[in-house]
Amino acid sequence: MAKIFFTANIQRHVVCPETEAAGHSVREVLDNVFAGNPLARSYVLDDQAALRRHMTIFVDGHAIRDRARLSDPVGESSTIRVFQALSGG
Amino acid sequence: MSDTLLVSTRKGLFRVVRKNGKWDIERVDFLGDNVTLTLTDPRDGRHYAALDHGHFGVKLHRSTAVGWEEIAAPVYPPKPEGLEENDMWGRPLAWSTARIWALAAGGADEPGVIWCGTQPGGLFRSTDHGESWEIIRSLWEHPKRKMWMGGGADLPGIHSILIDPRNSKRVWIAVSTGGIWFTEDAGANWTQRGEGMRADHVPPELTNDPVAQDVHCLAQSAATTRRMWVQHHNGIFISSDEGRTFSEITGVEPSTFGFPVVVHPRDPDMAWFVPEIKDEKRIPRDGRLVVTRTRDGAKSFVTLTEGLPQSHAYDVVYRHAQAIDGTGNRLAFGSTTGGLWVSEDQGDNWACVTHTLPPVYAVRFA
Repeated sequence: MAKIFFTANIQRHVVCPETEAAGHSVREVLDNVFAGNPLARSYVLDDQAALRRHMTIFVDGHAIRDRARLSDPVGESSTIRVFQALSGG
Repeated sequence: MSDTLLVSTRKGLFRVVRKNGKWDIERVDFLGDNVTLTLTDPRDGRHYAALDHGHFGVKLHRSTAVGWEEIAAPVYPPKPEGLEENDMWGRPLAWSTARIWALAAGGADEPGVIWCGTQPGGLFRSTDHGESWEIIRSLWEHPKRKMWMGGGADLPGIHSILIDPRNSKRVWIAVSTGGIWFTEDAGANWTQRGEGMRADHVPPELTNDPVAQDVHCLAQSAATTRRMWVQHHNGIFISSDEGRTFSEITGVEPSTFGFPVVVHPRDPDMAWFVPEIKDEKRIPRDGRLVVTRTRDGAKSFVTLTEGLPQSHAYDVVYRHAQAIDGTGNRLAFGSTTGGLWVSEDQGDNWACVTHTLPPVYAVRFA
C-alpha cells in the first residue's frame, strides 16, 4: 500500500488526511483515495481527470511526468505527495 | 425592496445590510478566497456562491440554514479521444470549467432549475438546485461555437443569461466574444441573434458578423423581453425586437464604453451604465466616477455624480458589479479598487458604503 500525503493548503477547503491506498499507478492509487473522499477529487484533478495545471504530484521524491493519464508507476511502499505549485496562485 | 447586498470580491463574500437607514458590512464568508459571483434564487431564497481557488479549481457553494455547503460545480464532458480543438492562441482547448461567469434561476414554473454560464464557453443546466449539472450539448457542439474567442479573458465565456419571465423555455445568453444566442425550447436548439451590432476591433469582413460581437453585458426588464440593452465593447446598443436587431446609441457623455448595464424591473426604457474612457484606457474620464442613466429608451441620458468621487478616481466596474433591486429605485455598484456605492433614488444620489474592500467582482441584491 502506498502512503499519500496532501499539501496543507488544501486542508482549508477539503479534509484530506494522510492515508494509504493500493494501486500500481498514480491513477489507480488516487482513484482508490477519492473513492472514499469524493469531494477532494475536483481539488486535485480537472474535468478531464488530468492533474490540475498548478498542482504537482511527487512519487518517492520525483515529480510525475504523465499529468494527463497519471500512469507513473507506484511501488508497494511508495510515498505519494500531492502539492500545489507556487505558480498559479 | 431588498435590504441586503452580496458583494463578491477577490478576498471573500461580503454581506452588506441596511439598518436604520445605513448600509454596513454585516459579515464576511469565504474570507481570503476568490468569490467571483453569487445568485439568490427568488423562488426559494437560497444563495449560490461561485469560488475560484486557482490551484484547486472552480467551486460552487449553496447556502444552508446555518452557513454554506459545497455542491457540484459544472463539469465538462470527456473530450473525445483524438479530437483536436485549439483555442485562439493555438493551444489545446481544455474542456474544463475555467470560470463560472453567469448564474441564473429558471422560471417560476420550474423550481430547482439553475442555468450556469462558464469559460471556456459551456452552458450548463441543473434541475436539482445545483446538485448536478448537464452541459447543453446543442450549444457546445454548435459549429459556430468554435468561432467564439476570448474577450477580456483568454477564453470565451457566457456571462449573461436572460430567461423570459412568461415562458421559461425561452432563454437568451451573451458571450464575450460570440454575440447573443437564443433558444425557445429550453436549449434544444439555438439561433444567433444580434444583427446590427458592430465590432471595430476585428477585420472588416467580421465587423458586422453577429458571432464576432463582444457583448460585455446583456440586460432586460422583467416587464418585457421586447426591449434589450447591450453594453458592448464598441458602445451601447438597444433592441426593440427581443434582440433580433440592435441600434447603436452614440453621443453619450462621457463615454459609451463600459462593462455593466442594468434595467428598471418595470420600465424597459430605463437603464444605467458606468462608463470608462474607452477600451484602451479603462478608467473613468478625468478621474471622475459617474453613472449614466436614460429614462426614455436612450433618447437622452443624464450623468449622475452626486456622492461619487470626482477627483482621481480610477474605479473600474465589472459587468456583474452593478445591480438594481426589485423596486427599481435602489441601485448599487462596486469597483476594482474596493469602492461600494448605493443609491436609494435611481442614481440621483449615491452613498459610499466603503472604499476599502478587495477588488469587487460582483454585486447582487439578495
